[in-house]
Amino acid sequence: MSIDNTNLATELDFDTPAAKRLRKFRAFKDKSASVGIAFGGISVIIAILLIFFYLLYEVAPLFHSAEIKPWQVNGKAAAPYEAPGRGKTVYLTMEEQAEIGLRVTDQGEIIFFDTRSGDVLQQSSIPVPAGAEITSFALASDASHIFAAGLSTGEVLAIKHSYKATYPNGTRVITPFIEYPFGEAPLAVTDSAITELALNGGEEAWSIIAKTEQGLAVANLSFEENFLTGEVETSIDTEMLPQLNMPVKKLLLMPDRRWLLISGNNNKLAVMDLASADTETTQVLEASSGNITSFQLLLGGNSLMVADDKGNISQWFLVRDDNNVWRLTKIREFESGSKPVNAMSMEHRRKGFATVDSEGTLRLYNSTANRNVLVEQVAQGQADSIALSPRSNALLVEKDNTLAFWLINNEHPEVSWDALWGKVWYEGYQEPEFTWQSSASTNDFEPKYSLMPLAFGTLKAAFYAMLLATPLAICGAIYTAYFMVPALRRKVKPFIELMEALPTVILGFLAGLWLAPFMETNLAGIFVCLLLIPLGILAFAFAWARAPKHVRYMIPEGWDTVMLIPVVILTTLLGLWIAPGVEAVLFAGDMRQWVTDDLGIAYDQRNALVVGIAMGFAVIPTIFSITEDAIFAVPKHLSYGSLALGATPWQTLVRVVMPTASPGIFSAVMIGMGRAVGETMIVLMATGNTPIMDINIFEGMRTLAANIAVEMPESEVGSTHYRILFLAAFVLFLFTFMVNTLAETIRQHLRKKYGSL
Amino acid sequence: MRVSLKEWTKSGEPWVWLNAGAVAICMIMVVGLLSLIAVRGLGHFWPANVYQADLVENGNTIRLAGELVDSENVPAAQLRDSGVAVPEGAEFMQRDLLKIGNRDVGGSDFIWVLDEFLENRSQPEMMFAAERREWGNFYGYLRSLKENGQVVASYDGYEKNAEYMQLWNRFQESIDRALELHDEIVEIEKHEIGAINYELERLRLKERSLQLKEVTDQSRYAEIDQRRKELDAEYEVLQKQLLDLYTQFNRDSFTAETAGGKTLEIGVSKVVRAFLPNNMSITEKVVHYFAKIWEFMSDEPREANTEGGIFPAIFGTVMMVILMSVMVTPFGVVAAVYLREYAKQGFVTRLIRIAVNNLAGVPSIVYGVFGLGFFVYFLGGHIDDAFFPEAKPAPTFGTPGLMWASLTLALLTVPVVIVATEEGLSRIPRAVREGSLALGATKAETLWKVVLPMASPAMMTGVILAIARAAGEVAPLMLVGVVKLAPSLPLDGNYPYLHLDQKFMHLGFHIYDVGFQSPNVEAARPLVYATALLLVIVIALLNMSAIAIRNHLREKYKALEM
Repeated sequence: MSIDNTNLATELDFDTPAAKRLRKFRAFKDKSASVGIAFGGISVIIAILLIFFYLLYEVAPLFHSAEIKPWQVNGKAAAPYEAPGRGKTVYLTMEEQAEIGLRVTDQGEIIFFDTRSGDVLQQSSIPVPAGAEITSFALASDASHIFAAGLSTGEVLAIKHSYKATYPNGTRVITPFIEYPFGEAPLAVTDSAITELALNGGEEAWSIIAKTEQGLAVANLSFEENFLTGEVETSIDTEMLPQLNMPVKKLLLMPDRRWLLISGNNNKLAVMDLASADTETTQVLEASSGNITSFQLLLGGNSLMVADDKGNISQWFLVRDDNNVWRLTKIREFESGSKPVNAMSMEHRRKGFATVDSEGTLRLYNSTANRNVLVEQVAQGQADSIALSPRSNALLVEKDNTLAFWLINNEHPEVSWDALWGKVWYEGYQEPEFTWQSSASTNDFEPKYSLMPLAFGTLKAAFYAMLLATPLAICGAIYTAYFMVPALRRKVKPFIELMEALPTVILGFLAGLWLAPFMETNLAGIFVCLLLIPLGILAFAFAWARAPKHVRYMIPEGWDTVMLIPVVILTTLLGLWIAPGVEAVLFAGDMRQWVTDDLGIAYDQRNALVVGIAMGFAVIPTIFSITEDAIFAVPKHLSYGSLALGATPWQTLVRVVMPTASPGIFSAVMIGMGRAVGETMIVLMATGNTPIMDINIFEGMRTLAANIAVEMPESEVGSTHYRILFLAAFVLFLFTFMVNTLAETIRQHLRKKYGSL
Repeated sequence: MRVSLKEWTKSGEPWVWLNAGAVAICMIMVVGLLSLIAVRGLGHFWPANVYQADLVENGNTIRLAGELVDSENVPAAQLRDSGVAVPEGAEFMQRDLLKIGNRDVGGSDFIWVLDEFLENRSQPEMMFAAERREWGNFYGYLRSLKENGQVVASYDGYEKNAEYMQLWNRFQESIDRALELHDEIVEIEKHEIGAINYELERLRLKERSLQLKEVTDQSRYAEIDQRRKELDAEYEVLQKQLLDLYTQFNRDSFTAETAGGKTLEIGVSKVVRAFLPNNMSITEKVVHYFAKIWEFMSDEPREANTEGGIFPAIFGTVMMVILMSVMVTPFGVVAAVYLREYAKQGFVTRLIRIAVNNLAGVPSIVYGVFGLGFFVYFLGGHIDDAFFPEAKPAPTFGTPGLMWASLTLALLTVPVVIVATEEGLSRIPRAVREGSLALGATKAETLWKVVLPMASPAMMTGVILAIARAAGEVAPLMLVGVVKLAPSLPLDGNYPYLHLDQKFMHLGFHIYDVGFQSPNVEAARPLVYATALLLVIVIALLNMSAIAIRNHLREKYKALEM
């Protein structure tokens, strides 16, 4: 080493402060890039996964049980307070906000009180004429707020409790008051003391059933408004009902004022048809194994709830049998303990109810879902009565003349596994059915949340779509991958893949507006074409095979598809042309008519066949593309080996290539299926969107996805309906996700296998 | 050598041919579908000739005039069943769909008639067609033109002559004048008065927000009041101008006789365009055709979306797609870079990769449900609580709108971008990366200066595919912000210019809405085809460019792999 060398170039100093700073800065940049990208990347991935958890989060409350807790004062459960007023409770209820309770006693006192403290807010008495006594009591329905007292003079006085909310100084003050819907003076119904009473009705007409010593009497009330004075005149028309040969313990009148339900001694139950000619007793039956302890109408007044002293609770309603006769039928029994049921209270807005048994155990039920959402001890020993608030968020329990106020959290009792996926016997139906009907105009409507018709519709649509798409796409892919000349393949493949990007709204609109009417007029043509096209192809192929060599050599192998295009077009035209003739011969001139009249199959213009074709169209490119890749990826030396051993190309394909590629084809079909199941716009536009369960190809359906699109914008946030739609989305998500994962795993496995070959 | 059928069947040839047939059928279906849309969509704008004929049915004669839209064959038996007097021996009858317009006269503007019953067909040169702002097209003979109720020109015959052409020319001048006035009116109503209303609303919110914050400084309120008074004064002035314009606008009217012989008086202000379809040369028709196409692309819809243009839908789609790509590109790329370059390649990464891949296959409606629940109600609700308490109870972001729609679609398409970018990153040869690292570059520098530029075509492909998917997606948008008719565009001259909380119109939804929810489906159908065609063209172009970029990219790196 000579000294000169060191002087040749100035030595680079990497440790100058500037270089150090730069290095530090670069290291910092590198570090922060790693952190930033990791953070960004992970958060994007989390955001994607959030979908899963958010859907779950919205769905989960559906399956929560109800909760109940006593009213809290200073963090401790408030002590029960003495029930205000004298006498025994005949009616206990609360107003909308559950701030004010109402207690009516057998002494004729009407007491409004603060539900939290028991302070009396307003106290009055039923205005009984001098000399008369209250001998019976009846409630029309919780929703109507009307109850009535039967007097010893044979008179009836109906009373309605109402509330008015005012906002002085910005805070809500609720004032209770009492009204007399039939006038303040009692109505004379019979001559002797009324010992049992029932009433029901609506705006214009009411009926009162009274039991006296002479037997049962029915009084029909009608109201007529005087146009000049605006006064309402009430007219009563009373008649005696035929004698019953059983004792009457309690009466219930259904809101249609036709059916009278009578509970007798022990477990006897009678049904009387007031509309029939001689007011016959249509049924006398034994409702229960024990003695009936509670006997009430569910919300809407169509269902009867019967509870007995052995702890049995059952629901009954009138079902029209095959002979067009209405029969009171036991619909379902509810799980409960073996202790006698003491009291029942109906929910005011839902088809639910609460019971309390002799040991003070409260049970909350929903009738449609047959679900017991809560079992909880609310009293030590026998409770006398219970009352649910109109919003079903509070409960009053009366025991030994003390009242306890409880808060309930019971958001979604209507949902159970059975209600979603099983057959449910809904009110007014002849038998248990799968039905989706989420909303209606009336308040006492029973929502029908069976996901079965929707799931069925989804699978039906997917099935018909796959029926068309699978053979076309797989056959097409086989040919493209295995037989077609590369030059053509490079054109055909991207072209069909371009179809995948075609917005489905366009396919849906064409299916609904063009294909559906076209098919209705050319139904026979479609079927003729379905038969004729394969035949036409085969006929042409055979003719081609028999054509002279010099003709055949003009077109090299692998271009068959191009030759077939005019063949298919001509056969289609031929099919459409001969279709009217075929129709005339086979289907009496009009196949569409023939399908309805002779086969007895309903025909909707927008039906499963239309959906099948349109959605098949959407699915073909998906299946085609993946299948083609799978077949093309089969190593060439496998097929060369087979061909060299003397197998024909077709034998090679079937015996060698296809088995190797089959997992790939399977995954293609799965992915196509996933797409068909989740497709929304096509089914929304090309089906009638009626949630029916029928495999018939000429009828429509409603799918899960379309149902979400139709109903989601109108559903109330946080309601059961809203959450069930989320559940539908969750089901779709899970289904497609699992199907796709399965397909993807198979595909990756396949790729690895080919790698080793 | 002739093959026998048996031999031929045994060789498996028929199956091969059937497979070839499947490809042929697929191709025919695609081409057929595209041409169906194209023919129907483009045909609509052509000024078709107007026919006049006498419909003789059961001895009654009604004179009709209209465009022939469609015709079909119906079995005669079916007609006989419904009580139509069909000639004996006929098996099929031709039935024509005529667009007779004049909804204010006859009630419906389409009619099915049996071809057999039409007599005295002619194409009167004098018959004119007028596109109107309400009641659809008008077909008939021009009779007179009135100014302030005074007849200024008239003509009574059915033959075309100079006198008639003079009336016609004056009519055209009157229409042009009315159209100009209409533009002025729209300018004032929509832009100037719109801006005032918008500012008034902002003042109201400002005042409310001051009240909510319990500001007692009266000068702030006075300021608002002052500004409000100024705006009210401006409004008064504009209102007066507008009134003036309206009087001008409604000055002219014309009378016209329908084919049936009824004479109507119609305001010229109601007419958008009038022409003599039977008297147009091919060149005129071509000019008319392109004018109509331009109107379709650039105008606002009329008559419950069944007439006019689709500009707001195009604008809304473009806006939404731009916002979406602004959101999806950085996030998609960052996630892909993380997965490919930074994450430890193990079981978890593979799992995530499969999950991301499969999310592309999750039904889009599920994303819509998620967007509605999470973005709109949850996020939007909280944003409203925090930032827009003054607007309550009216929601600002707590309701479906442009921002949530873009965000939902960004989430929907992020897997597409991730997958495409990852593929691009994996294609970059190791050697390039190692070369950069060997020269002393840090990982971040390699990424930024070498890897990402090389992967940029792949990212582009991903973004284009994402845009193509987003542009055609309708189902989720129905839940998170699309409406059938938006009162204003999401981008305008009022501060803050871009209104992310507004609802918008969308081409895909427009197709669904006009095709299926429209009161007059028959009239709307051609427009739906035209809209569909536009959408198909846009999406096909996007996809084709993605494919071209991908191919270009492959070519480019083939050289590097050597």
